[in-house]
Amino acid sequence: MTDGLLSPATESELAGILRRATAGGEPLAIEGNGTKRALLRPVQAARTLTVRHLTGITLYRPQELILSARAGTPLPEIEAALAEKGQYLIAEPPDTTALFEAEAAETRPATIGGVVACNLSGPRRISAGAMRDHVMGVRLVNGQGEVVHSGGRVLKNVTGLDLCKLLTGSYGTLGVLTEVTLKVLPAPPDSATVAVSVRDLAAGVRVLSAGLGSPFGPSGAALLPGGAPELGLQGPTALLRLEDFSDSVRYRAESLAARLGREGDVTLLEAARSVPLWRAVRDAAPLGALPEEAIWRVSVRPSAAPGVAASLSRAFDAKLLLDWGGGLLWIAGPAEAATHAAVMAAARAAGGTWTLFRGPDGLRASSEVLPPEPAPLAAISARVKAALDPRGVLNPGRMHAGL
Amino acid sequence: MIPLPEPKPDILARRDEIVAALRAIVPGSALGGGLGEGVISEPLRLKPYETDGLSAYRQPPLAVVLPTSTEQVAAILRYCHRNGIRVVPRGAGTSLSGGALPLADAVVIGLMRMNRILEIDYDDRLAVVEAGVTNLGITKAVEGDGFFYAPDPSSQLACMIGGNVMMNSGGAHCLKYGVTANNLLGVKLVTIEGEVIGIGGSHLDAAGYDWLGLITGSEGQLGIVTEVTVRLLHAAEGARAMLVAFKANEIAGQAVDAIIASGIIPVALEFMDRPAIHACEAFAHAGYPLEAEAMLIIEVEGCAAEQDARLGEIRAICERFDPISVRVAQTAEESLAIWKGRKGAFGAVGRISPDYLCMDGTIPTSTLPEVLRRMGEMSDRYGLKVANIFHAGDGNLHPLIMFDANDPESFRRAEEFGADILKLCVEVGGCLTGEHGVGVEKRDLMGVQFAPHELDQQRRIKSAFDPQWLLNPAKVFPLDGLPEAALARAPARAAARAA
Ligand SMILES: Cc1cc2nc3c(=O)[nH]c(=O)nc-3n(C[C@H](O)[C@H](O)[C@H](O)COP(=O)(O)OP(=O)(O)OC[C@H]3O[C@@H](n4cnc5c(N)ncnc54)[C@H](O)[C@@H]3O)c2cc1C
Repeated sequence: MTDGLLSPATESELAGILRRATAGGEPLAIEGNGTKRALLRPVQAARTLTVRHLTGITLYRPQELILSARAGTPLPEIEAALAEKGQYLIAEPPDTTALFEAEAAETRPATIGGVVACNLSGPRRISAGAMRDHVMGVRLVNGQGEVVHSGGRVLKNVTGLDLCKLLTGSYGTLGVLTEVTLKVLPAPPDSATVAVSVRDLAAGVRVLSAGLGSPFGPSGAALLPGGAPELGLQGPTALLRLEDFSDSVRYRAESLAARLGREGDVTLLEAARSVPLWRAVRDAAPLGALPEEAIWRVSVRPSAAPGVAASLSRAFDAKLLLDWGGGLLWIAGPAEAATHAAVMAAARAAGGTWTLFRGPDGLRASSEVLPPEPAPLAAISARVKAALDPRGVLNPGRMHAGL
Repeated sequence: MIPLPEPKPDILARRDEIVAALRAIVPGSALGGGLGEGVISEPLRLKPYETDGLSAYRQPPLAVVLPTSTEQVAAILRYCHRNGIRVVPRGAGTSLSGGALPLADAVVIGLMRMNRILEIDYDDRLAVVEAGVTNLGITKAVEGDGFFYAPDPSSQLACMIGGNVMMNSGGAHCLKYGVTANNLLGVKLVTIEGEVIGIGGSHLDAAGYDWLGLITGSEGQLGIVTEVTVRLLHAAEGARAMLVAFKANEIAGQAVDAIIASGIIPVALEFMDRPAIHACEAFAHAGYPLEAEAMLIIEVEGCAAEQDARLGEIRAICERFDPISVRVAQTAEESLAIWKGRKGAFGAVGRISPDYLCMDGTIPTSTLPEVLRRMGEMSDRYGLKVANIFHAGDGNLHPLIMFDANDPESFRRAEEFGADILKLCVEVGGCLTGEHGVGVEKRDLMGVQFAPHELDQQRRIKSAFDPQWLLNPAKVFPLDGLPEAALARAPARAAARAA
């Protein structure tokens, strides 16, 4: 693919490429470092445009909780700059390197533009919001090669239509992000986890709901069907994470443990054991997906999760990991049309949505990797796409066939 | 005054017919009058709808229709769409930017009769409510069980969730809990064609484009929201406030920086300048320090011990900045007393000057001292007083400009002063509006923040939802540069008058 690789060094060069692409009606695959190339559908384009040479943090004001970076800036560079000032990315985006290892031609880190374009959020989503909640500003180049900004570098902004949210999670189909501005926060100095062993998933979701419906403000609520044997947690285990100043973490962990003790055996994990555990949950490691298996993310209301899990287990040998209080199911299983159909059916029946997160090209190309939109919305969708990318040159087919 | 577009004469001429058609969709109730009525068309009874929170602007609509169901909203929009009739959605009409201001040829669609709470689920921590439920109404329905709906605009007693969604409203506690957009799961949207679309749902982060994010804060430009699914949160064990007075705005600003740098994010961090302190004290007798140039109200949450710990740390930080006084509430009552003045700020300023414009820009917090200094110079130049309330944690600034509505010249100057302040906000790296929306008020300033092609980009997205520009016209987007469809059709002036 490298001979077809366009890697502009400046935003204006990038704009020129898109102007020509639109003039010639030439579709382009849009990438950062391509770490999530295998996410959603394969793109129908001969050439790839990468923003990997648009790099660098352009503004960082720790006291104003704001950071701007060019889209190709590697995520680790941003995380390091934040860590130096005791801050972090609020949405805790997963590191998908391990999940996409088999597909990755070369190992480069994810870029911030890619993370934003995929709206990837980790466990903290439940308490602190999704990636898109923290995108305060974007610069993008639309299909016609116009540079457009939306939002800004302040934390509260309702001026005009919010293209930051529209572009976040649009997987490069509406515009090429060239710079993003994020709200950041001080990283809490301490954390701990209350682990409750539970009979089954239904009991586990009830424990998570009780924790989230308490005054103690957990910042993570996950459920490991097989526990975490390396930590001595056997069988289904509900995890509630607390992140704050040490005195608060201690007090809140003990209060939660006392409250949830009657639901099952409680283990308290201090930061040294809690931090790696949540990193694993964030990256879906406990899912234990085999390289040849497909991976889905299904989002439902938490109380519907046990039902989804049960119907999937009936359909195939589904591996599961629950996050977001049960509302996010990571699922792994055979990469086949039948399993995909089972996932779609279960998500639909629960009133939720699905994403085929990883799978072989054939399955991805022939599947609805995301739920199709109802007709009136699909019509609006097509018009919005045309408003930003009239000739359809940006990542055609990435989200839906023919779009 | 900001100009409104010419009414369409053919629509004005068809008024009776339109009213009759609307009555057929939303019949009046046997009770008659008041809220039982489906359509209002008598000039006198249109009065309450002729303005919103930006009361200097007034314009009675063609008619007001008050649907009670999503189906009725859909039928109204289908009818209006077919007939090229403009519509102005309305919640409680508390918009401070003229977002709900009617047009002479528009039908106001008021959502206030859609005020039922449809579902409350503590396990999934959500509530499904109709668009006309008030903001506080949601919290009132769940607070007995320890839950609350987080965004808390000062207008929360009156403003409605549909209006909150459309303005992406914030509140004093959004530093910790976020604004409306961060607390939604889904909406039911009726398009201008009368199609009902479920956006999002009862789960987090629906896959696909983030329509919910685009619709939130869209000021009625993209469709009418009839139902909203909000996230509910469990309240913390308790909260307590402290009040710190400083000798200069700069010093208070430095203290804010130091608090954030320490890693503490209070649930609220409110700043008031000298004129605001004096206005509030005269009104509320909250014991505010009149000798201070600036004052901070800081609130933290948690159990009593956690509150003590955080307030103690914040106190220690503030003491590095030579404060005039530090008052830490010991009880919930003392906290209320500290908040009393701030919560009554609008009323307080209203006492000094019955007419004021409440501005709403956002600035990078570090620029506060410079912005206040330059605003002071403008205040002298325009000969109008201004008091400042500032959400210091997130940079959202509310200058209250006092003027005399009986003197058109005074109003003109107030508007100009306000525009200058907003331009200043943009100049220092901020934006025109942090939470009140563009509406009519800031419409013609949009060019200060966006290049023409950027506004065109936004207009094309608006057109994707509303090709004929019937939804809440003359708001958000400057009138010059509107697409052809939006202008349909420049009526002959004489004809407009005759109608
Ligand atoms: C004293 C006072 C204090 C305030 N304090 C705050 C504050 O702290 N924070 C803050 O953010 N705002 C504040 N506001 C502004 C205002 O209350 C908010 O903007 C509020 O969200 C408006 O709600 P509403 O129901 O009154 O909407 P309206 O004013 O009726 O309408 C607002 C806009 O939304 C549209 N709209 C309304 N309902 C719908 C619907 N269902 N579907 C589609 N479009 C709709 C209207 O056309 C209009 O453009 C304050 C206002 C006042 C008067």
